[in-house]
Amino acid sequence: MKRLTDWLLPLLVFLAALGLWEVLVRVNEIPHYVLPAPSLVGRTLIEDWGILSTALWVTLTITFQALLAAVIGGVGLAILFSTSRVVERSFFPFAVILQVTPIVAIAPLLLVYLEPRQAVLICAFLVAFFPILSNMALGLASTDHHLIDLFQLYKASRWKQLILLRLPAALPYFLGGLRIAGGLALIGAIVAEIAAGSAGQGAGLAFRILEAGFRLNIPRMFAALVLISLAGILIYVLFTMLSWALLSRWHDSARERGL
Amino acid sequence: MSALLHLRGLGKSFAKGAEALADLNLTIEDGEFLSLLGPSGCGKSTALRLIAGLMSPNAGSIDWVSGQPDIGFVFQDAVLMPWASAFDNVWLPLRLAGLSREAARKDVEAALDSVGLLSFAHAFPRELSGGMKMRVSIARALVKRPKLLLMDEPFAALDEITRLKLNDDLLRVTAELGTTIVFVTHSVFESAYLSNRIAVFSGRPGRVIKTIQVDGPRHRTEDFRLTSAYAQACKQASAALHLAMGEPA
Repeated sequence: MKRLTDWLLPLLVFLAALGLWEVLVRVNEIPHYVLPAPSLVGRTLIEDWGILSTALWVTLTITFQALLAAVIGGVGLAILFSTSRVVERSFFPFAVILQVTPIVAIAPLLLVYLEPRQAVLICAFLVAFFPILSNMALGLASTDHHLIDLFQLYKASRWKQLILLRLPAALPYFLGGLRIAGGLALIGAIVAEIAAGSAGQGAGLAFRILEAGFRLNIPRMFAALVLISLAGILIYVLFTMLSWALLSRWHDSARERGL
Repeated sequence: MSALLHLRGLGKSFAKGAEALADLNLTIEDGEFLSLLGPSGCGKSTALRLIAGLMSPNAGSIDWVSGQPDIGFVFQDAVLMPWASAFDNVWLPLRLAGLSREAARKDVEAALDSVGLLSFAHAFPRELSGGMKMRVSIARALVKRPKLLLMDEPFAALDEITRLKLNDDLLRVTAELGTTIVFVTHSVFESAYLSNRIAVFSGRPGRVIKTIQVDGPRHRTEDFRLTSAYAQACKQASAALHLAMGEPA
């Protein structure tokens, strides 16, 4: 019974909200170029699927490429930081500067130097990079110092200490960072696409929104928005599941409630 | 009995200027159960970490009579890797020595069996009680059959009943292996029940103010608490502890 209400209630509320929207549009006869009804958005999604799915694929590809680069760069740099205070002190300011400067402000500059696609990729990378770096660095630094003593007692090499102790200890922090970075990479890609405004084959969802706006094709704008939301949800769910799969047996964050 | 190591004039102070140990002289005999008894913050744990080589002394020396042997260490908490099963936690010392899971299996299972946890080999630390976690920790410290086992208030965080049970199990397992034990505690009764010898520490800076011999076999059972040797040891240790804290006995 409880399980049923757990997902049934939110679903009913969501459907009710859509229904209300539909009714308001129909009763007030709001023109579709002002506010399209959900049914029209749904129809557009199907009719324009060719254009939209290509754009979705472009955006998702860039998002995941950026995320992969952020994981490699963030984890690598965090490991480097953990081995040397000097390196950490020297390079951390760069990471902070990149983090605090809004990506919308950097994008136009990158577009001067790079191809639009590369610029978008780098923007998405820049926003996804920091949460992974900072969480990973925190995780590596939070290793139980008694366990470090134990590894030292058994004369473990730094490499073994990293592989068998520090990396597993940092895993929950890393996965937390990954969940944030996944959402941010998508946002970074969208924002940069809007700044780039690149058309043609390589156009992502954000460009389709801009283009549809110029043509007053409001239903398509909504359809593209729906896809962006769905992509965001997909990324979040994916990493939440990954996190649960890796941590559920041992970490308190993945403990079942009420146990 | 022959000596295993000598601590000679050992001194240790920390960066903030706190002096933990000053002129500590102590000989640890091969095969004995030695307790380091003293008030909190008297440098007992520091002495243990110095012996383990986890830090180096500012003064004095640690002389191993015939080379430094394998050492096991048990902390106040179980200090297990939460992402690894009981088996994998006990495997760790052998794994770091280059043994594969299969090559280590016999020894790991024997160590788990000796603390009564063979059937929990696949359990993760969070599925175990506090006492069971400490048993895994002891099995890990003993899996390489070290000559010397250093224990830093290992049972202080456990409830009384678990603690008594673990005292008996520790005596049984280590008597079989002939392990030399240096055991840090602030409990007079625990030290009197477990030890062949009690070294009583003064407050900061720590040094040994009295050594008490406890008569009795190395492997003891509950009956030992009824003997006069136990009562004598408790009385002497208690008096020395009061002296250490600068109070009349």
